[in-house]
Amino acid sequence: MKNNKKRNLLLSLILAAVCLVFLLYVDKFQHYSMLASVLKKGAIYSLVAVSLNLLNGFTGLFSLGQAGFMMIGAYTYAILTIPVESRAAVYQYFDGGIVQFCLPMIVALVLAGIVPMIFAWLIGLPVLKLKSDYLAIATLGFAEIMRAIIQWKQVGPLTNASNLLKKFANFDSVLFPFIVSGICIAIIVLIINSTYGRAFKAIRDDEIAAEAMGINLAKHKMQAFMISSFFAGVGGALLAMFQSSVQANTFTSTMTYEILLIVVIGGIGSITGSILGSFLYIACSEWWLRFLDDPMPYIGVNIPFMRGGFRMLVFSVVIMIVVLFFRKGIMGDHEFSWDGIINWFGKLFKKREKPAKEVASK
Amino acid sequence: MLKIENLHVSYGGIKALRGISLEVPDGKIVTLIGANGAGKSTTLRTISGLVKADSGSITYNDQELLGKPINKVLEAGIAQAPEGRRVFPNLTVLENLKIGAYLRSDKDGIERDLKWVYELFPRLEERHWQLAGTLSGGEQQMLAVGRALMSRPKLLMMDEPSLGLAPLVVQGIFDIIRTINEQGVTVLLIEQNANMALKIADYAYVLETGNITKFGTGAELLADESIKEAYLGKKKK
Repeated sequence: MKNNKKRNLLLSLILAAVCLVFLLYVDKFQHYSMLASVLKKGAIYSLVAVSLNLLNGFTGLFSLGQAGFMMIGAYTYAILTIPVESRAAVYQYFDGGIVQFCLPMIVALVLAGIVPMIFAWLIGLPVLKLKSDYLAIATLGFAEIMRAIIQWKQVGPLTNASNLLKKFANFDSVLFPFIVSGICIAIIVLIINSTYGRAFKAIRDDEIAAEAMGINLAKHKMQAFMISSFFAGVGGALLAMFQSSVQANTFTSTMTYEILLIVVIGGIGSITGSILGSFLYIACSEWWLRFLDDPMPYIGVNIPFMRGGFRMLVFSVVIMIVVLFFRKGIMGDHEFSWDGIINWFGKLFKKREKPAKEVASK
Repeated sequence: MLKIENLHVSYGGIKALRGISLEVPDGKIVTLIGANGAGKSTTLRTISGLVKADSGSITYNDQELLGKPINKVLEAGIAQAPEGRRVFPNLTVLENLKIGAYLRSDKDGIERDLKWVYELFPRLEERHWQLAGTLSGGEQQMLAVGRALMSRPKLLMMDEPSLGLAPLVVQGIFDIIRTINEQGVTVLLIEQNANMALKIADYAYVLETGNITKFGTGAELLADESIKEAYLGKKKK
C-alpha cells in the first residue's frame, strides 16, 4: 500500500508538471488560438460546475439558479474594477454612473463571491424550504428575475442597464483562470471532506436520519447554498474577464442548463468528473463540433441540417443519450485515482476477466 | 432515569398518544410492545424531539426534554436507531459511523468509541470502506445501532431492530442489545416481535391505541395469558 502511495504521488506530480508545461507553452506560443480560449473557458466552467455539483450532487438540492449567481458575480466584479477615467465612456447614457471608485482585482474578485452569497442567503430563507423540482423552479425564477432587474433602466447608474460593461480589469495569461479555479476547487474539496461535507452528504441520502443524528437541516442547506453561490459568483467574474465584457443577456437559463449538462455528463457527485466534463463540453461546443454549424457542400450538394444551430440540436440528442443510457456519466460518483486508472488498464489488457465497469474505483 | 408523564401527542386531529406515563430506569432494558398504530414509534419520536407533543412532560435525570431540539436531546445522552435502519446508502460504513458522532468534538473519544463499535460489530470493521447501501439488512441494522452508539449515549432507543430480518439475524441483534446493556447503556426497545423483546427486557409496557394497558417485568408479561393471546400467537380456546 505504501508503495502505491508513493507511486501515486509521483504520478500526480508528473501530471501536474506536464499540465503546467503545456499551459506555459500554450500561453507563450498559442496565445490567441482556439486551444487557449477553450482551456480558459474550460477552467472557468470547471469551477462553476463543481460549485453546482456541491449543491446538486453532494447536498441533494436541485437548484437551477447558477447563471443568476454568476451574473451577480460578474456584475459585481465589472462594476467595481472599471477604472474611474473610463467610467464616463462606459456609462455614457447614465452620466458616468454612481460608482466612482475602482478596487484592486483580487478584492473585487472576493467581493464577486460575497455579493451573490448574500443574495443566496436572502433567497434561501424562503426557497430552501422547498424540495426537488419546486426548489429548481424557484431558483430558476430567481435567476430570470435578477436578469430582468439588472437590465431595468432605473438601476442603470449602477448596472448600465442593458448596455455592455467593459474596460474593467482583465487577465491576459492562460494560467490565471487555472490558478483561481484551482484554489477555489481545492477549497470546495476540503469542505466536502470535512465534517460539513459529511453532513451535506447525509442530508442528501436521508433527511430524516440526518435530523435524528442531530444535523440541523435548515442551517446546513443554507450553508451549502451560500458556499455554492460564492464560487458561482467567482466563476461569473472570471467569465466576465474571459469575455472582457458583461451583459445580462448572456446569463440566460441556457447557461445553467449547460452547466447542469456538464455536471450530469461528468457524473453527479464527482468533482473530477465535473472538471473533465467541463473541458470536454467546452472543447466540443466551442471547437470540435463547430463544423456542424457550417453549411458543408459535398459533391455540390449541401448536407441537410448542417446550418447554424444544428450543433445545439446535436447536444440535446447527446444529453438524451446520456440520461437514458449513461446515467452515471463519465465518473459516476467516484473520484479520479491512479489506482483506478491502473486497474482499468490492467483489466483492459487481461481479456479473460470481465470488462471494467467504471473508470475509477473508490 | 427517563420519565414520561401524561404525554399527549396528536397528528392533526388524530390522537396518537392519550396520556401515557412510563419510566426507564438507568442500566435496564425497557421494552414497549404493541400492535401497528399503537403509538410506539410516536413515543420514541417525541422523546427524540422529531415530533411535538400537545402536553405532558419528558424528563431525563430531572432535565425537561419536551420542546428541546434534537441536538439538545442527543447532548443529554439519548440516541436513537430509527425504524427501518435508515443508514445513509451512498456513504461508506466509516462515514456513517462518523456522522453518528456529528455533535461531538473530542477526537480521541470518537476514535475510542469507533474501536468500541468495531469490537461490538467486527463485521463493520471488515466492511468499513463499503457503501452502506450495499450491506445486507442485518449488517445495516448493525450499522444503525453502531451509528447511534457513536454519540456515546447513556440511553439508546431502538425502533423495531428486528424489522424485515431473518430470525437468526434477529437473534444476533438481540444478543448485541444485551451486550450493549451489560456495558452500561440503558436501552428503550420498541418491538412488534413481543416474544423476543419480553425475553430480554427487565421491564415492559404494553401500548394499545395510545394508552398503556399493561406494565410488568419482562417475565411477568411473558407469562400473562392475555398477552400470549394478543401478541405471542397462543390460540384462543
